[in-house]
Amino acid sequence: MSQGQTGAEQRLVTPGMAVGPSTGKRAGSGIIAAEEQFIATQLGWLKERNNTVSIDPIHAAYMPRSGDLVVGIVAEVRNNLWFMDINGSFQGLLPMSLAPWKVEFGAARQHMDIGDVVLARVQEVDECHNVVLTMKGVGLRRLKQGSVEQLPVQHIDRVRGENNAMLQRIRDACDCRIMVGENGRVWIDGSSSGVAWARQMLHTVATEGHTRSVETILQEMENTTKGDA
Amino acid sequence: MMGGYGDVQLLRDDGKRLDGRALDEMRPVQIEAGVLPAADGSAMVTHGLNVAVAAVYGPMEAHPRKIQRQDRAVIDVRYNMAPFSTSDRIRPGFNRRSREISKVTAEALESVVLVERYPRSKIRVEIEILAAEAGTRCAGITAAAVALADAGIPMRDLLVGVASGKIEDTVVLDLDKAEDNYGQADLPVGILPNTGEIAFLQMDGDLSPEEYALAMEYNFKAAREIHDIMVEALQKKYEGGEA
Repeated sequence: MSQGQTGAEQRLVTPGMAVGPSTGKRAGSGIIAAEEQFIATQLGWLKERNNTVSIDPIHAAYMPRSGDLVVGIVAEVRNNLWFMDINGSFQGLLPMSLAPWKVEFGAARQHMDIGDVVLARVQEVDECHNVVLTMKGVGLRRLKQGSVEQLPVQHIDRVRGENNAMLQRIRDACDCRIMVGENGRVWIDGSSSGVAWARQMLHTVATEGHTRSVETILQEMENTTKGDA
Repeated sequence: MMGGYGDVQLLRDDGKRLDGRALDEMRPVQIEAGVLPAADGSAMVTHGLNVAVAAVYGPMEAHPRKIQRQDRAVIDVRYNMAPFSTSDRIRPGFNRRSREISKVTAEALESVVLVERYPRSKIRVEIEILAAEAGTRCAGITAAAVALADAGIPMRDLLVGVASGKIEDTVVLDLDKAEDNYGQADLPVGILPNTGEIAFLQMDGDLSPEEYALAMEYNFKAAREIHDIMVEALQKKYEGGEA
């Protein structure tokens, strides 16, 4: 079987590639076990942590999980519920019972209409990928101002960093409020120059994030142009 | 149906083929991943004079809902030859041949993609043949596999499309246009090189068991070579990472 190429620190693997023996280890995301071998199923960087072998994919679709914080856009309104585009394969459903307001039957549109942006949490995902959202919780609300940026889902963890350390550095650098949804959407609010700086930074991460670390991109951005906010 | 044409010489006196290739020699193959920015994944395969571009979109909610499967995704393949892909202009749109190739390609890909990960979803694969010179379905399958990998769709292996055939009672690898038109048999196969499995197989014309075995030997050899080029293309696109 073909072997993976060794990168600067990690190894880039392709689907079907044997990535090592499976004995004594667990298969994480992007890995299947076959004939005592771990086989990669996705294109991405191979990583091993806590005795679990997994793949950090280069491209990935958002798969909602219960508890995820997401930035949703209202796609459809019914009498008693909203359908949200959450950047996944399926729309998320927000019933009026899980909205933060007391909503009369038939009055859903008065609170939120098509195109409105909300910060919500995934309440439940069933085996058929039906997604139920909730807006009951601290900080969950309709986002009435600011800008929403789209980022590849696989870069979200790296933008946040350990304990949100990287995200805090980006917030400090542009002096903006930034909320990062697990679904690859980032909400930014602040001065126009700060928002422009943050959008430029996220755009660079989106286009070059598979070859350079967020840390390197942030340092370069800080050294060249910086928001004056 | 391939009947063979006795008066067309397809093998030279020195035992080589008309374009100078040996019997088990493949046309040159070049692959590039991520060629279309608007698609979730894409690839371009140049196989001899064939040029195939594949684009992958999804997984997305399957529409119309009657095509949804509660336990898995469906793969929707659209194979199309551009009107300018051959010397005679092709009438644009679906025809019997493109429907057949779309169907067999979809079935081959469904056996490789981990479709059970995406219930009720659809993965759309668009294969566009920009230039055709025999073997477009194989080039299309190879392009689709690279595009699926580029899109991050989980798969058991990279599917490779490759063909062998028979000309002048001799088994040869990778038929070109003249060999396809005037030859005696064509055997396109979809191979999973790492596991040695066959995901699709078609045969046009007749081969004896011995000829079939030799043709498959050629196909597996070529599949491993193309697989290496596919892996190289994906690694070249995303190499140098420090993620």
